[in-house]
Amino acid sequence: MKIYDLSEGELRALNENLQSANENETSWQIERPEGAHAIAVGLNAPIEVTINGSTGYYCAGMNKHATIKVNGSVGPGVAENMMSGRVIVEGDASQYAGATGHGGRLIIRGNASSRCGISMKGIEILVEGSVGHMSGFMGQSGKLVVLEDAGDSLGDSLYEAQIFVRGKIKNLGVDCVEKEMRAEHLQYLENLFKSEKIDCDAKELKRYGSARKLYNFNIDNLQNY
Amino acid sequence: MSSDKKNNIPQTKPIKSSIFNEAVTAEIRRAAATGIYDIRGGGAKRHVPHFDDLLFLGASMSRYPLEGYRESCDTQIALGTRFAKKPLQLDIPITIAGMSFGALSGSAKEALGRGATIAGTSTTTGDGGMTDEERGHSKMLVYQYLPSRYGMNPDDLRRCDAIEVVVGQGAKPGGGGMLLGQKIDARVAEMRGLPEGIDQRSACRHPDWTGPDDLEIKILELREITKWEKPIYIKIGGARPYFDTTLAVKAGADVVVLDGMQGGTAATQDVFIEHVGQPTLACIRPAVRALQELNLHREVQLIVSGGIRHGADVAKALALGADAVSIGTAAMIALGDNDPKWEEEYNALGTTAGAYDDWQEGKDPAGITTQDPDLEARLDPILGGRRLANYLTAMTLEAQTIARACGKSRLQNLEPEDLCALTVEASAITGVPLTGTDWIPGRN
Repeated sequence: MKIYDLSEGELRALNENLQSANENETSWQIERPEGAHAIAVGLNAPIEVTINGSTGYYCAGMNKHATIKVNGSVGPGVAENMMSGRVIVEGDASQYAGATGHGGRLIIRGNASSRCGISMKGIEILVEGSVGHMSGFMGQSGKLVVLEDAGDSLGDSLYEAQIFVRGKIKNLGVDCVEKEMRAEHLQYLENLFKSEKIDCDAKELKRYGSARKLYNFNIDNLQNY
Repeated sequence: MSSDKKNNIPQTKPIKSSIFNEAVTAEIRRAAATGIYDIRGGGAKRHVPHFDDLLFLGASMSRYPLEGYRESCDTQIALGTRFAKKPLQLDIPITIAGMSFGALSGSAKEALGRGATIAGTSTTTGDGGMTDEERGHSKMLVYQYLPSRYGMNPDDLRRCDAIEVVVGQGAKPGGGGMLLGQKIDARVAEMRGLPEGIDQRSACRHPDWTGPDDLEIKILELREITKWEKPIYIKIGGARPYFDTTLAVKAGADVVVLDGMQGGTAATQDVFIEHVGQPTLACIRPAVRALQELNLHREVQLIVSGGIRHGADVAKALALGADAVSIGTAAMIALGDNDPKWEEEYNALGTTAGAYDDWQEGKDPAGITTQDPDLEARLDPILGGRRLANYLTAMTLEAQTIARACGKSRLQNLEPEDLCALTVEASAITGVPLTGTDWIPGRN
């Protein structure tokens, strides 16, 4: 395992190392991140990175293939635009967690702030705590699973992303409705919980999705625009 | 017949209102029939102060000209010299503006790449991501980073030559976009990750940052992903150019792209295009002043767009302090947009060549703003690229002609002192004297 102390080294050197890591350097440990921004961004190989401490903005941004675990909390935009791989946050996440993510899985053990999964495009996001307002806004595809509560305007202007929530929802956003939980959805959740070793009954969650009333401009929907 | 007329009494001539003119009354009738605003493509059509309101003085006794057919006039420009390890080296200071695959056909995007490459300049992606054809045919390709992030991925970030963070657009500063469902075929839908045939909204704000302090960190992330190699542009609409330029520089831009209200869009509300934002001419001097006050004029390059039509416009923009210009509408016209040879088809669409702007409908007879395979087949991308390259060459020659006449051996050496203004408004806006005087309104 390679160990990099960010309090003594440069961010550029760290990211350069991670971005060019080869098969002999698949395991990295970053010490004392001290809230730095843009740690472990643009990774493009199946390496494992453990960050011991909390990070600033855009940790694991645009990740592809890598597994990145943060033993702390993260600032805004963790795993933004992730393409594949896994990002695990042991603490809480600030705004825009998983924003515009295309793929991969983001797991947040604590809470996520507002706009979690905004404009998501295929990513899976599992939040074991609660999410803030406008989460899932304009979500195009992918899945947002929340094991506690959701704030204001959940799933506003949703496209085809699916949202599952176990707790209370303050209110649903425009064009977001509760949908039938079919067998394939229960199966998906059971598989998710099993793979992440989470003790949760899938039947306790409800599913939300787009009513698809805003997909093409319609003057009769004027009050929603 | 009135009794006055019967009695041969002179009549008052019927007068149509100058404000309730034919276009205005037609629009009122259209709105009354539909209950919805008008959507169209293109930029502002109304008359506003423009480059036509400026003239070059040329040389005489007090200035020494250069020989037009012998002495050189350098047109090269490097973009992104502030922080990027690999600035773009352009042969000419005219770039191709961002236009999306989706709004434009694949053939049109290919033609733009081909033409730009022949001319030694860059072209730009748009909202919808990068196509392989576009990358393959563009020697220098600027990758737009837009609020929608349609098609955004790190592989394309790494294979582009520069990144343009789009904050605003001249046609609609403060507005997002909408690609209507009729232009969303299978390929466009797949690239954007949405179902076929639905309206695709492009957000007006970025999803993961707000304000210049956040943007500074976002740019750090983009630089880290691309190893600090790629120039980072920030594109702003012509809203508050002094402050917006200052903040773009603060956020870390290598290049500021400033788009005035004549800059085109694929589609938005007509009321937005015509009533929000400032004319291109009015935006340049405040932006240049911002750069000068930061001691970064020329170190952070300024690209101006919105209504650039010929070499004189290029030369005037550069004389006012821009480093380069960008063209969109003019490039489309060079490819064949609004060509009179399609007049019958324009008539069938209820319009005429030169006025066609329903680009959102995807019925473009010229095969440019469409995804219809039959229409797209009308545009030969090789021939289109050649036409664009010819046009860029002609524009450059025109600008050089003017620069030499002003005694300049380099286009970037043109300066405000080479200009005079034809109108009081243009003089006040640009800070160059009114023709025949040494008067600049508000200054002396």
